[in-house]
Amino acid sequence: MYQYDQYDQAMVDARVAEFADQVKRRLSGDMTEDQFKPLRLMNGLYLQLHAYMLRVAIPYGTLSSKQMHMLAHIARKYDRDYGHFTTRQNLQFNWIKLDDTPEILTDLASVEMHAIQTSGNCIRNISSDQFAGAAADEITDPRPWAELLRQWSSFHPEFSYLPRKFKICVIAAQEDRAAMRLHDIGIQIIEKDGVHGAAVYAGGGMGRTPMIAPLIKEFVPLEDLLSYLEACLRVYNRYGRRDNMYKARIKILIHEIGADSYRAQVEEEFAQVKALGIDPPRAEFDRIAAFFAMPDLDANASDDLDLSHKDFALWVGQNVAKHKAAGHAIVTISLKPIEGIPGDATSAQMDLMADLALQYSHDELRITHAQNVVLPHVRKADLFAVWEKLVAAGLATPNLDLITDMIACPGLDYCSLANARSIPVAQKIADRFADLDRQRDLGELKLKISGCINACGHHHAGHIGILGVDKKGKENYQLSFGGSGAQDVSIANITGPGFDEDGVVDAIERATDKYLAERRDGERFIDTYRRIGMAPFKEAIYG
Amino acid sequence: MVDQLNHTTDTPIVSMDEFLSESNAIAVRIEPGEDARLLLPHLDRLTLVEVAFPKFRDGRGFSSARILREAGFTGTLRAQGDVLIDQLSHMKRCGFDAFAPDVPLNPDHAATALATWPEYYQTAADKAVPIWKLRHG
Repeated sequence: MYQYDQYDQAMVDARVAEFADQVKRRLSGDMTEDQFKPLRLMNGLYLQLHAYMLRVAIPYGTLSSKQMHMLAHIARKYDRDYGHFTTRQNLQFNWIKLDDTPEILTDLASVEMHAIQTSGNCIRNISSDQFAGAAADEITDPRPWAELLRQWSSFHPEFSYLPRKFKICVIAAQEDRAAMRLHDIGIQIIEKDGVHGAAVYAGGGMGRTPMIAPLIKEFVPLEDLLSYLEACLRVYNRYGRRDNMYKARIKILIHEIGADSYRAQVEEEFAQVKALGIDPPRAEFDRIAAFFAMPDLDANASDDLDLSHKDFALWVGQNVAKHKAAGHAIVTISLKPIEGIPGDATSAQMDLMADLALQYSHDELRITHAQNVVLPHVRKADLFAVWEKLVAAGLATPNLDLITDMIACPGLDYCSLANARSIPVAQKIADRFADLDRQRDLGELKLKISGCINACGHHHAGHIGILGVDKKGKENYQLSFGGSGAQDVSIANITGPGFDEDGVVDAIERATDKYLAERRDGERFIDTYRRIGMAPFKEAIYG
Repeated sequence: MVDQLNHTTDTPIVSMDEFLSESNAIAVRIEPGEDARLLLPHLDRLTLVEVAFPKFRDGRGFSSARILREAGFTGTLRAQGDVLIDQLSHMKRCGFDAFAPDVPLNPDHAATALATWPEYYQTAADKAVPIWKLRHG
């Protein structure tokens, strides 16, 4: 894992001191709420329905056991003993007092953490593949690239007042586990003539106008990457729309002028920017990359695994993925128990996951955009011990990528933007499909729920998506099918008129019944949908 | 730097349209939607460029400033309008060396804000040596 040197630490400490001063000026009335708002947002502090929410950055979703313990400590001391892992691989605390925030940020800084740029119209936390460094299908670990971008984008003087927020994702595997092409900029590290470089996609996103990012540049070599991204951002900063916040994302700019025109402008800007010498030398990348070297894995670890315990075997089959090293595996801890709230973890659960990481996973944890937690480097011989401890903590639900492994935003229970509640709908669906055999029969089925059109719950990218809207003062849920955030990326289509809370659960059941009746060998829900189209599903639901 | 915090000038400042059509003015004002690159052929006769910030949230002026400095503009670069204390550091890094805020800035607060960062991660339009260079010499 990356470790701060004196420069990184000094930057975060400076930010804590600056924010403490800003909070002081706000509390004394020297600053208006309107002036304070963009400043607190750049420190991850939102004002929600009931309290302040603090969003802590987990860069590219990687953290150590010490950091996870600190999150547990903050949950206990300043919040209501839990936190919410988000689709941006971050963590949100929902019940924070403004006066406590300088102290919380000081606590975070003591373990090399912060809330910098987790909101505001700036470059947000860089997201990545939760299996980075461990995945059998990656060409390299994408995190050194992501860390390079983290540093470049932190307190960027030109790009802190962009038209709108800006999200960058970096992956380096064949399978896209991070919804790369649904980001403002998506980067896939590829190999060309034996050299790694970045394929740059731009203009993807969800929100009220979902779009899949087109390829802007096939291959940007490492030594040009920051100049190229600087050019991408500058074109956006100058020409992105500022007249309407709903049309201010880069996807609208690229959609309106076209990818070719955007690419040409970026090239022109790049020619200027490249001459400025803003790209760090290879030695800086190598310095960063050294922190992400594969941990010292047990070279003699055995691939044998005793699967005679039925529940353990189920969990291994569903939640354990192939590691690039023999005798090891990647464990995904589901934060989607049937009665729970998707993505929530108590401080005790965070402590336990941290302890497991220290003991069994070379002190590393990952957060996934699907709101689960990963132990990336576990010996197969230790899987049973890990599983037993997870079972005892209510963290061994074997439902990864099944219908109850839902993404859900906090919705109207917390969020001031929401039009409808997400959590109760998620719980009703989980309840309806609680039977594990039934879930397993339905197979991979990514269900995603957003409580408003801003789409934090990724409903456009769900095999089944649900969008909560307000219809004449009543919560109404629109259903859509056919979205995907993976390498088969697609945007979901709306089925038709919306439903009330119970109605949408019934409709999903009718749709999954239809899938079971229609599917051919090996087809997932989304494959059947793509083959037969919406009409049969529509008839099943509304007919 | 802080001396230029509430900068005034007697030089007449003309709009981009005026400047580009006929004037022999030596000071010009760029609005957020205007293209700073149109000034590049004329940089040698400009002593002051004022970049307008009608709303602090509109960050286009940061790019305008850098484009001018990157092209070698050495005159006064002034940020005018809804300029806030907490933006000074970024503005300075983008090349601004004078400020004409709508609401006068408190010099003590400004000095504190400008001293926030010990170092910087990126190369920008100021003279600061980026952290990566400090690491590798």
